[in-house]
Amino acid sequence: MKGKVRKFRDDVNTDEIIPAKYLVTSDPKELAEHCMAGIDEAIAGKLSAGDIMVAGRNFGCGSSREHAPLAIKAAGISCVVAESFARIFYRNSINIGLPIIEISDTSNIEEDDELEIDLAGGVVKDVNKGKTYTAAPFPDFMQELIKAGGLMEWAKHYKER
Amino acid sequence: MGYTITEKILLAHTDEKSITPGQLIMAKVDMALGNDITAPLAINEFEKLDMGVFDKDKIALIPDHFTPNKDLKSAEQSRALRDFAIKHDITHYYEVGRAGIEHVLLPEMGIVGPGDLVVGADSHTCTYGALGAFSTGVGSTDLAFAMAMGKCWFKVPETIKFIYKGILRKWVGGKDLILHTIGDIGVDGALYKSMEFSGDAIRRLPMDDRFSMCNMAIEAGGKSGIAEPDALTRKYTDQVQNSKFKNQNYKLKFKDLKSDKGARYADVKEYDVSKLEPQVALPHLPSHVKPVGEVRDVKIDQSVIGSCTNGRISDFRMAAKILKGKKAHKGVRLIILPGTQAVYKEAIREGLMEIFLDAGAVISTPTCGPCLGGHMGILAAGERAIATTNRNFIGRMGSLKSEVYLSNPAVAAASAVKGMIAHPEEVC
Repeated sequence: MKGKVRKFRDDVNTDEIIPAKYLVTSDPKELAEHCMAGIDEAIAGKLSAGDIMVAGRNFGCGSSREHAPLAIKAAGISCVVAESFARIFYRNSINIGLPIIEISDTSNIEEDDELEIDLAGGVVKDVNKGKTYTAAPFPDFMQELIKAGGLMEWAKHYKER
Repeated sequence: MGYTITEKILLAHTDEKSITPGQLIMAKVDMALGNDITAPLAINEFEKLDMGVFDKDKIALIPDHFTPNKDLKSAEQSRALRDFAIKHDITHYYEVGRAGIEHVLLPEMGIVGPGDLVVGADSHTCTYGALGAFSTGVGSTDLAFAMAMGKCWFKVPETIKFIYKGILRKWVGGKDLILHTIGDIGVDGALYKSMEFSGDAIRRLPMDDRFSMCNMAIEAGGKSGIAEPDALTRKYTDQVQNSKFKNQNYKLKFKDLKSDKGARYADVKEYDVSKLEPQVALPHLPSHVKPVGEVRDVKIDQSVIGSCTNGRISDFRMAAKILKGKKAHKGVRLIILPGTQAVYKEAIREGLMEIFLDAGAVISTPTCGPCLGGHMGILAAGERAIATTNRNFIGRMGSLKSEVYLSNPAVAAASAVKGMIAHPEEVC
């Protein structure tokens, strides 16, 4: 996949991704309208389909709200790249099929850079900077979940075992 | 070689012969929890599987965040829980009047106990580690899967052992220990890991304080927090209403719920807490911690005492000790949020509510309310609150231009009296 970078800092929490006042619905479209509203209400309007979010450490910390990765996914973000993810956000993303990837250093990737990502191979290329980053591959079980399209799709086969 | 208490509980809930940190496992759950924000999403996902619930006694649905329903949309969300609970005959469905803040309610009712494996679609599900349970926050899709299959996937976490030594000073409790710890290791200091709380200071620590500590493990990025059960835990579980612990055959016996001598830890941290002052977390992270004495000239507009962190009876006893015979400062809105109906009733019985009312406080029904900027005490731009809650992120309690400081109930009460953040000694 290819996309433009939308850059965020360390410790972006789920209250910033989707503030609690918008948690009165489970509708992904409605949630997407307020994506990142805890940082700035105007961000959602500036996101384009295919954009890639890039952040520092501990992305998605705080509450367990699955509305956070749902809002990001429904806003059209194709992948989230970070140095590390908070654990509930991490499992929620895998479970709902939002592509995420961990690389050791995102500090040189800037807003509006173009990234090329090979999810299966774990490679992130910054086209503007000419720099390539590699990620550790997902464990087998998580690859199964990702391949199935999320936990519920995987569960449909699991229940028949 | 040996296991930590966390590894022992996880192992007992799998078909594996042995487990090791980093391993991915599928484990059986003893309780799966959801609330009015996370369960509607889980119910939507659950319906996709076209299955029944795995065990109607092992699911807890507690509408507590925006309840009593704050508006039409939140009413619809609560109704989704109610309809689902009726359809599937869910035993542990409690709504307004019988409910309370989930993490205060479940232990109090004996719905969760030592050695249990609990998942909850709420990040503060880690609270039940205080009972010696493995307990962790998950997402709505995980909850949907657990409600259908009775299982959840986990990566076996590494454990960090925290040893607390010394006799705590007056006005210092579990909240201060955990704030101090998060201040030391940072908001991702225990990322993906279990936090095991031990040492002589923990052995003397009352259960309510242990709940506060385990509750905030997530604020250090922890997967879970846990304290080995002991005589105090036993006393607590024996007293709780409908205690299932007395009646249930656990896979792990009380005496086995401890870490082996040869257990492996990712890290061991030791703290001498004998001189620890009450702690305050400054905006906008729970790790921006300072002793209250170093937080000077911070005027407040609101003081909030309650939440899943500090909404238990001993928290209100502590606040009442400060507030007895005093008034909240005229510039401060003092909001008291008892965690459950039982806490509310006990606080009335002990005369605490009269003390709060005389001090000029408003008393709310049990609800998560303002903690997450829901309702019952939202902050306007430029306003500042001290709260016994667990997060002080930007805009957490309302406006993106408001501020939240976190503390224990004594500091929140003293600050309410003084109109600025204060040490309890300053008003006593």
